[in-house]
Amino acid sequence: MAVAAYRQRGLFARPSATSGWKSWFTTVDHKKIGIMYGVTAFFFFIIGGLEAIAVRLQLAQPNGDVLSNDLYNQFFTMHGLTMIFMVVMPMGVALMNYFIPLMIGARDVAFPRLNAFSYWVFLLGGIFIYSSFFLGGAPDGGWFGYAPLSRTLPSHGMDFYAIGLQILGIASLAGAINFVVTIINMRAPGMTLLRMPVFIWMSLVTSFLLVFAMPVLSIALFQLMFDRLFEANFFNPAAGGDPLLWQHLFWVFGHPEVYILILPAMGIVSEIIPVFSRKPLFGYAAIVFAGAAIGFMGWGVWAHHMFAVGLGPIANSAFALSTMFIAVPTGVKIFNWLGTMWGGSLRFTTPMLFAIGFVSMFVIGGLSGVSHSIVPHDAQQTDTYYIVAHFHYVLFGGALFGVMAGIYYWWPKIFGHMLSEGLGKLNFWLWFIGFNLTFAPMHILGLQGMPRRIASYPDGMGWNMWNFVETIGAFVIAVSVLVFLANVAISRRKKVEAGDDPWDARTLEWSIPSPTPEYNFARVPMVHARDDFWHKKYIDTPDGEPSRVFAGGANGHDEHEDHGVHLPSPSYFPLAAAFGLPVLSYGTIYHSVVGMIAGALILVLGLFAWALEPQFAEGEGGH
Amino acid sequence: MATKEAFADVGHDYTSTGLNHTKVAMWSFLGSDCLFFGAMISTYLLYRTRTLSGPTPHEIYDIPFTSVSSFVLLMSSLTMVLALAAIQRGDHRGLRIWLFATAFLGTTFIGGQIYEFTTFVEEGLKLSTSPFGSAFFMLTGLHGAHVTVGILMLLSLAGLSFSGKLNQEDSLKVEMIGLYWHFVDIVWIIIFTVVYLIPTE
Repeated sequence: MAVAAYRQRGLFARPSATSGWKSWFTTVDHKKIGIMYGVTAFFFFIIGGLEAIAVRLQLAQPNGDVLSNDLYNQFFTMHGLTMIFMVVMPMGVALMNYFIPLMIGARDVAFPRLNAFSYWVFLLGGIFIYSSFFLGGAPDGGWFGYAPLSRTLPSHGMDFYAIGLQILGIASLAGAINFVVTIINMRAPGMTLLRMPVFIWMSLVTSFLLVFAMPVLSIALFQLMFDRLFEANFFNPAAGGDPLLWQHLFWVFGHPEVYILILPAMGIVSEIIPVFSRKPLFGYAAIVFAGAAIGFMGWGVWAHHMFAVGLGPIANSAFALSTMFIAVPTGVKIFNWLGTMWGGSLRFTTPMLFAIGFVSMFVIGGLSGVSHSIVPHDAQQTDTYYIVAHFHYVLFGGALFGVMAGIYYWWPKIFGHMLSEGLGKLNFWLWFIGFNLTFAPMHILGLQGMPRRIASYPDGMGWNMWNFVETIGAFVIAVSVLVFLANVAISRRKKVEAGDDPWDARTLEWSIPSPTPEYNFARVPMVHARDDFWHKKYIDTPDGEPSRVFAGGANGHDEHEDHGVHLPSPSYFPLAAAFGLPVLSYGTIYHSVVGMIAGALILVLGLFAWALEPQFAEGEGGH
Repeated sequence: MATKEAFADVGHDYTSTGLNHTKVAMWSFLGSDCLFFGAMISTYLLYRTRTLSGPTPHEIYDIPFTSVSSFVLLMSSLTMVLALAAIQRGDHRGLRIWLFATAFLGTTFIGGQIYEFTTFVEEGLKLSTSPFGSAFFMLTGLHGAHVTVGILMLLSLAGLSFSGKLNQEDSLKVEMIGLYWHFVDIVWIIIFTVVYLIPTE
């Protein structure tokens, strides 16, 4: 892929390197961007995890004195923000970025440079929010930023919250639009909607949810920002503002957000369970429609986060009912996964263990979720550790188990070598035990009345033992993460070649070499069936047993067929334009007009340069 | 050779739906923007009577003035359509005339908004006066920001055209900016109705 250097307007030589460290800054390759998303999210995962450890150390014993109250508030707020916006969401995006094009038979996403822009905005947004620790204090009003507290907290922390989340929202929105277009428009010939892998379906629903949910958060954050920085009165009760408006706007975004976090994980396990059960997914149409139904119904349940604020019996009943109803499509999926495993020849590999862990832990989280829909019951649970237990069971027990399953499953495709199964299983069991030690006792503590978000608790409440157990559990999780890192390091050194299709899998990404070549598919695949790759490898015999096709089967890829594959050229401008956003934001927080103008100029000039630069450098030929 | 032909089938212009990527992206973005304005319009509806001791909508709005500037903005949709029609038939001069006309009408609208904001502040309605003030300035301000971005894009198109980089085959670019422009106009119809025309008492 030697590319002649291309001079643009005599100012910048267009970047042309596709390997070496510099190429990562200018790449528009969805695979490299996916890896960068994954690595960055993992880095934030470690930071967010350390914050959780600090919180657990503080709460290990009554009257803890590890953290000051102020620092405790910053840590639990940043833990939530980090895990939701900088870990689980981008982890999903990392896998979507890498695998949407591969699973639909495309060579890249629809807008490769926009994709790079999304990543850089995400990274800079994360750094922007974290810079608040060095600028007088991090956000300290909870990840949900309830007004009027969030508008009156004295440090700049909540300014960083209001503007930083705005930046991350831009990254998510740009990414989501990119994925919507990619999935709708770039499917290989024959890949009809109902032949798409379930992961692609869930990515599509997730992307639509992002497209419609982010702008609502955006408005709420603008209002908070104007309240804090420009003396507006959106949430100031003393001046007639209504703090409940914040809760409504936040949860109209926030509940779809819950599905944004969990649907990609549901898609991942829907790929993994059939492969390791050696059976097609049970009830494909049901699982797809259930996912779409969740996407629609997710908009009608937000006020179950607000049962304790006094909306009145009619609103409470309506949202209680819609909350119970949304458990139905979720339940359908659980039975799909169980039905897939039923009677299959199961292989308990590490990805399969994480996938089964997902299903079982998510059921527990789902059941405690249904218990919230009962309004009087919820009144007892609101603001207790029972809620903390619930959402960790769905977001850690659900989303993060799913993400880990996906990492172990797809690692060989991304890097070309296997992760160690032995260490993988150790990783899983520590993860599983640590998770349950940490979060299961929170149910009990919550029902005993221990409030959440308290920096310490007095002795003699009967909460001591379980709190101590939870702290031990947190350390077990930390050890599990270290085992994962060791696995990565050791497997890298051992390099057990994966081959193209180590799991005997079903979907298109396994039909090409590992690691994926730069151009993905030398030949754009023709898709004839759902699980097309499986049907190229096996034919169904009359007794229902699949039989291997020996001649003329798949895997006939030819390494030398990449002639004529034109890939979009690397570009400086997504990164350059992204830099404008944090500059603009610092300018806004510190009321510096120069900073605001400089940031806006960088952004606009970056976008102009980007728009004027052809997607394909000269000599590579677009048309 | 067979490989080459396979690429010909699924070349850069191939899409599963037959719709251009940019068009699908623009419609998705506009869908997103509906929720953006939807959330802000809801806020305004909640707050339009919360005026505290400050001016009420009834006292402060100059409906004839805003009607004129609304008319100006709506006419810019017509000139936008004419610009697209011009480039589609390869009439570069017409394209530039109508692009400038659209940008001019948009700028006139923004000028009207700046005048309106200044007058309101003089009459005692500021962002900080009341929830009504906050909601009014933010809703119309965000719309004004959208119009301003639109004007920038229209002028960029004109610039492209002058430097000879906007050919008849590139009419899609004009169509995309046009979609955005019409959307911003339609949003104004809703804002004008909800904010100015529906009486508060």
